Amino acid sequence: MRKLSSTRPRVLVLGIGNILWADEGFGVRVVEAFHQSYSVSDNVTVLDGGTQGLYLVQFVMETDYLIVFDAIDYGLSPGTLKIVENDEVPKFTGARKMSLHQTGFQEVLSAADLLGHYPEKLALIGCQPVDLEDWGGPLTEPVKAVIPEAIRTAVAVLKGWGIEARARSGGIVPSLLGNDLDFDNYEQRASRIDHLRTLP
Amino acid sequence: MSIQTPNGFTLDNSGKRIVVDPVTRIEGHMRVEVNVDANNVIRNAVSTGTMWRGIEVILKNRDPRDAWAFTERICGVCTGAHALTSVRAVENALGITIPENANSIRNLMQLALQVHDHVVHFYHLHALDWVDVVCALKADPKATSQLAQSVSDWALSSPGYFKDIQTRLKKFVESGQLGPFKNGYWGNASYKLPPEANLMAVAHYLEALDFQKEIVKIHTIFGGKNPHPNWLVGGLPCPINIDGTGAVGAINIERLNHVSSIIDQLIEFNEKVYVPDVMAIGSFYRDWLFGGGLSGKNVLAYGDVPEHANDYSEASLKLPRGAIINGNLADILPIDLADPEQIQEFVIHSWYKYPHEAKGLHPWDGVTEPHYELGPNAKGTKTNIQELDEGGKYSWIKAPRWRGHAMEVGPLARWVVGYAQGKPEFKEPIEKVLKDLGLPMSALFSTLGRTAARALDSEWAGRQMRYFFDKLVANIKAGDSATAFVDKWKPQTWPKEVKGVGFTEAPRGALAHWIKIKDGKIDNYQCVVPTTWNASPRDPKGGIGAFEASLVDTPMSDPTQPLEILRIIHSFDPCLACSTHVMSPDGQEMAKVQMR
Repeated sequence: MRKLSSTRPRVLVLGIGNILWADEGFGVRVVEAFHQSYSVSDNVTVLDGGTQGLYLVQFVMETDYLIVFDAIDYGLSPGTLKIVENDEVPKFTGARKMSLHQTGFQEVLSAADLLGHYPEKLALIGCQPVDLEDWGGPLTEPVKAVIPEAIRTAVAVLKGWGIEARARSGGIVPSLLGNDLDFDNYEQRASRIDHLRTLP
Repeated sequence: MSIQTPNGFTLDNSGKRIVVDPVTRIEGHMRVEVNVDANNVIRNAVSTGTMWRGIEVILKNRDPRDAWAFTERICGVCTGAHALTSVRAVENALGITIPENANSIRNLMQLALQVHDHVVHFYHLHALDWVDVVCALKADPKATSQLAQSVSDWALSSPGYFKDIQTRLKKFVESGQLGPFKNGYWGNASYKLPPEANLMAVAHYLEALDFQKEIVKIHTIFGGKNPHPNWLVGGLPCPINIDGTGAVGAINIERLNHVSSIIDQLIEFNEKVYVPDVMAIGSFYRDWLFGGGLSGKNVLAYGDVPEHANDYSEASLKLPRGAIINGNLADILPIDLADPEQIQEFVIHSWYKYPHEAKGLHPWDGVTEPHYELGPNAKGTKTNIQELDEGGKYSWIKAPRWRGHAMEVGPLARWVVGYAQGKPEFKEPIEKVLKDLGLPMSALFSTLGRTAARALDSEWAGRQMRYFFDKLVANIKAGDSATAFVDKWKPQTWPKEVKGVGFTEAPRGALAHWIKIKDGKIDNYQCVVPTTWNASPRDPKGGIGAFEASLVDTPMSDPTQPLEILRIIHSFDPCLACSTHVMSPDGQEMAKVQMR
């Protein structure tokens, strides 16, 4: 179902990753913060995709413009933000394994393509993580620090696509994540354990 | 050196060592090392989880009523199963009951997860271990149509349809963009299907991909949102407002009709596509009966899908419950998850520390203290392991045992228990599958049997969904619209110190959470997940787990292409299998294979 030219494009702002796993939670935490600070029209969906992998295909197929936030290993210094757009987003596995979810999410994009519903515009906003292996740990400081920039980047991308995100002017906004999983409640009780507990 | 394990396997690690890393991401990552003899037959297998999972650290001191939301983030695949297990554990601890409607709806959500997970697992993660996608390009669409029509009366079966599928596939392959099909060992001698069967399977791969979107809508309707649907201790968060029109989130006639229509579709898909495909593919692999491992010896099923709300006794559970030891199908042993002598976790070969390493701990008393050290014969360094020493600690997965025995869990385990119980709804489909394939009972205990049992499980689950949907509607029509009991919602109503256990049969097997609550907060929380049972390392007596057991004695056609290892391990549907096809940094290989 391609959009008709007279209708508004359907837009998906998607965060993926595992919030229980330190910087792996970057993507989800960005959409959570985006939702807190910006309101969008009803043709725009802000979604916490978690680690749903292939199960996200339906959301991608119903989307004309897609923004994805994820922790990505670009080999850059920790906390560096990088954006890739459209054909650059490595649809069919590029030269480098970029993200812990990449295979999962690339399969999602390929699957959407195989089924004939590939997004028209695509932007991947990634952050170089520091620590992906601290179970129960919070985002590291360098990664946490770039969340506002990641949001500004997304707002600019959306603007370039003719989509407006309006800054909220106060009031209570229910978090995208409930049940103590929201950023403040999760982070205040999460603690780092400094054991070497993963194989590299 | 050749050794005999107490659970009846002969291991010999003198031959060439092959390292496959990762096989899949499970609780992080998973790696398998095997030794093969001069004929490339696997003679020793070492299964290791390479990432620590310390859920109890995250949950300690949190509100027990929020635990489900954390546990459903453990894994990207069985989110709902963890959430359901968690709310059951809390309800068990606090003596909280749920209404009949909540029981029916939870069953519908759990069964929808079974069907969804099984369909996606088979077509999108496992079928490519049996189906050669590139070979499908050689198929004759007309002959494919004849094949499809001979296995079922599914409507999408014309020569033109298969021609179209083939053209789309050809475009993908010729552009060098195999997409999801990129990382396969296409052309490997272990692929046995003729081109037409391959093309039919590819067509159904695409249909299943499209159809699975419908199944999850059931979670959106009952859980309020998807992904990450809402759950509630004491019932379900969704109200029933049967005459309501458009009330946000409430279950009304329109939404129930939608659920009913999805149930009809998934029953038809199971009966006309999934099960016939497994039978058609299976008929070409009836000689490849490796990978049985523990399935013919020791299996464990907790049971699930209660007929009556709050009754988790064996009589109420529609999925089989019980343990079988040493292949004695005549004796189904009762299980008690609260009995400290039954389920225990060992860490002698795991990277944890216990006060007494040779002793196991029941999950209520579970300890998760990391202790990372390699055995004396390991090769490489702590940060770059070339070869593990299975004589020492070698996995981040603990070794759960039932009365000291390693057990296989999963669809095959529960169907073996159901078969042994003589229940016709489990016994007859198994007998039919074996008869149609012309195979003896012993063939059930194999990779093929595991894959067939999952298909039967999906078919069974679909029919049960119809049953519980009708039961739900009848109950609502009788005037009962309750979906939650909240009389014990407030922590002030709780005892000072309690413990409980909740269980389900997750798509991939027996799952339980043990919780201790103190002063209204979580004091200890331990999950023993299906893949912990199946992928467990060795125990103090030397008993090997289901993965290791299933690999032993399997011949490999080409050790540089570990297709047989992947096929066997994938048949267990290990957790986070969505990341199974992990690539090396150059994006070329499915897994790094090292031969030493």
